[in-house]
Amino acid sequence: MIAEAGHYALVLALALSLIQSTVPVAGARWGDVALMNVARSTALAQLLFVAVSFTALVMLHVSSDFSVANVFENSHSTKPLLYKITGVWGNHEGSMLLWVAILALFGGLVAAFGNNLPLSLRAHVLAVQGWVAAAFYLFILMTSNPFLRIATPPIEGRDLNPVLQDIGLAVHPPMLYLGYVGFSISFSFAVAALMEGRIDAAWARWVRPWTLVAWIFLTLGIAMGSYWAYYELGWGGWWFWDPVENASLMPWLAGTALLHSAVVMEKRNALKVWTILLSILTFSLSLLGTFLVRSGVLTSVHAFATDPTRGVFILLILCFFIGGSLTLYAWRASTLKQGGLFAPISREGALVLNNLFLTTACATVFVGTLYPLALEVLTGDKISVGAPFFNLTFGPLFVPLMMAMSFGPLLAWKRGDLLGAAQRLTAAGIAALVAIAVAYAWTYGGSTFAPLAIGLAIFVIAGAMCDLAERTALFRAPFATAMQRARGLPRATWGTAFAHAGVGVALIGIVCETTWNSEYIGTLKPNEVARVAGYELKLDGVTQRQGPNYREMIAQFTVRLDGEKLSVMSPSKRNFTTRGSSTTEAALLTRGASQLYISLGESTNEGAVAVRIYHKPLVLLIWWGPVLMAFGGLLSLSDRRLRVGAPKPAKASRALQAAE
Amino acid sequence: MTRKQRRLTMIGGSLAVLAVAAALVLNAMRDSIVFFSTPSMAAEKQIPAGKRFRLGGLVQPGSLVRGDNLAVNFSVADGSAVLPVAYKGILPDLFREGQGVVAEGAIDASGVFRADTVLAKHDETYMPKDVADALKKQGHWKDDYGAKPSASAAPTQGAPK
Repeated sequence: MIAEAGHYALVLALALSLIQSTVPVAGARWGDVALMNVARSTALAQLLFVAVSFTALVMLHVSSDFSVANVFENSHSTKPLLYKITGVWGNHEGSMLLWVAILALFGGLVAAFGNNLPLSLRAHVLAVQGWVAAAFYLFILMTSNPFLRIATPPIEGRDLNPVLQDIGLAVHPPMLYLGYVGFSISFSFAVAALMEGRIDAAWARWVRPWTLVAWIFLTLGIAMGSYWAYYELGWGGWWFWDPVENASLMPWLAGTALLHSAVVMEKRNALKVWTILLSILTFSLSLLGTFLVRSGVLTSVHAFATDPTRGVFILLILCFFIGGSLTLYAWRASTLKQGGLFAPISREGALVLNNLFLTTACATVFVGTLYPLALEVLTGDKISVGAPFFNLTFGPLFVPLMMAMSFGPLLAWKRGDLLGAAQRLTAAGIAALVAIAVAYAWTYGGSTFAPLAIGLAIFVIAGAMCDLAERTALFRAPFATAMQRARGLPRATWGTAFAHAGVGVALIGIVCETTWNSEYIGTLKPNEVARVAGYELKLDGVTQRQGPNYREMIAQFTVRLDGEKLSVMSPSKRNFTTRGSSTTEAALLTRGASQLYISLGESTNEGAVAVRIYHKPLVLLIWWGPVLMAFGGLLSLSDRRLRVGAPKPAKASRALQAAE
Repeated sequence: MTRKQRRLTMIGGSLAVLAVAAALVLNAMRDSIVFFSTPSMAAEKQIPAGKRFRLGGLVQPGSLVRGDNLAVNFSVADGSAVLPVAYKGILPDLFREGQGVVAEGAIDASGVFRADTVLAKHDETYMPKDVADALKKQGHWKDDYGAKPSASAAPTQGAPK
């Protein structure tokens, strides 16, 4: 019964989305308020039905109803409850259902909180959301129905892929989808603006918070995925330049650019046409990511069962939305009015530079990801484009971007003073030089490149602090005045500083981990000692244990530093009988921002175990950086000037009504 | 500056960055791209010693020999040719005799493929896509490689036709 109810709710959601995608557009054309308001009610009703459908699938998984194909293939009755729930989106059908559920959630949010939007704009935005939703409902119902029954229900399920039986699955995909799909809102706003042929600063003011929400989730989602890969795959890598990872990095780069160009549009009413294009491109890249992941045209560490019909269907959706929106753009973009003027050296100019480098970096990732596919189709040669390619292209493009990053916030709008900004960054420059000297002296004879990169990172962090010190007149005015000014600063300014510093923090982590990583790979017998980076690790012994749905081999290590016992680490290897596969559970010991990492290989007949031990200096900074960026985003989001949906104070109302 | 000059500055700057990016991409394409071969393709193309490529095929059953200190030797076969592989390190969890494998490295002077990475990029049928495609092309593909563990219980799933 539950499966049928879930299926039926999904069909109803499709019907509602079809109404949502047509009736409001007609209403906007005829100026009929009642018809335009249909968008709001259908969007909310659609959210309700998708929620029912999704809940139904969760209930089927929790109750282990193996008469449903999706549950049979991905669940097992002995699986812990958490993984029964997260297993819902640990497979193709379920994850697509999560995708549309989040799409409906964003549509519902616009419907619920969009009361102060011009009526026709809201109708158009929700109609575009309706088109996207309808396409994906059709996709699910026609090619990937999660509610299919099996004629003769088996007694036991096939269990979830063991690698996915981890807390990471509970966090990473929902976060990532909130980011991916969140960009659909800026896409809908862009297409709606093109349909209306009108766009202004109020439009940007509306789009920015939605883009920011999506960007925050995408940032956290990518960071979480990277950390998950780091501790779960067992060899300590945290970024593989794998097609599926690139698929999430590309919308992030474009989305970051969009976030910055929307600022120019909101504040200065310039770069309108470009902002619209970026909105379209960002969501197009999200759709491309969905296609790459779900069609399986590229081999990747993400193991998904694939089916060609699905790939073709998503490709059609992709062509329709990207082709359609770009055609609309080509046709209507010229009708949008030109915005404010600015000199090349100005805040606007700096943001244009930011956009230029981010989109170019995005383009190189795009080439590296899709070139193997294009070459295989054209010549039949199979090639792989790996980390060296991306390090040689993406890296050099990020260096000037990071150097410019500190200057941008210090330049004035319209016409900036580069010399003045440089003077105010003197302290940051000195800090960077000191950092380079210290890093170089410390690691004398080692890499010369790494200290320079650390200097750049320090420059970015110190630059963000210089900006704050400048604005609060710290060191110039009495301390109390500075504190008062700090409280009075817009939260968006704090957000910028935190987010920019986060980039520097992540860079320090990346440089330290890749340059000064030390490792021990070998076989150890009980009571033998391995030495890594000054730590002594003694293998105490190996034991066997029975888990809920696996058998586990646990090795226990005693960790000593300078003869003093620090801790005990227990990496393990789990063997899942149902799927006949095994996973490596690495043991991590955190020391400040550095980590010791042990993962096990196979055991030999003489009782020895193959082990990999890594010491990764400052590795945690790689993920603290993105967390800091997301925190900056959150601060920015809480800025009163951005909360257009909240009850507005009298002062702000003038700017908002400008849209009508 | 007039509007036109400003626009020209901007377009000029953009083109300069794009040109630099294009140069970087082309340069990286030349050096850092790795081709995929099966043992018979490698023999046919006479890949010179020291040139890196990705070797894909099936791990020859019975060929796996473990030496001292994590040294491993095995052979990769594709039905018509066999290439011995030497690797030092821990094999991935999914490495099995008779199953598909992809290794990256180069052939040394004695004709042994020295792998520095052994990849376990498998889907649930334990067959890397590249290997499956190559075997299909050479006519050595057997359907049971791709069979799921319990094909008889497989549900009737797919698009309604």
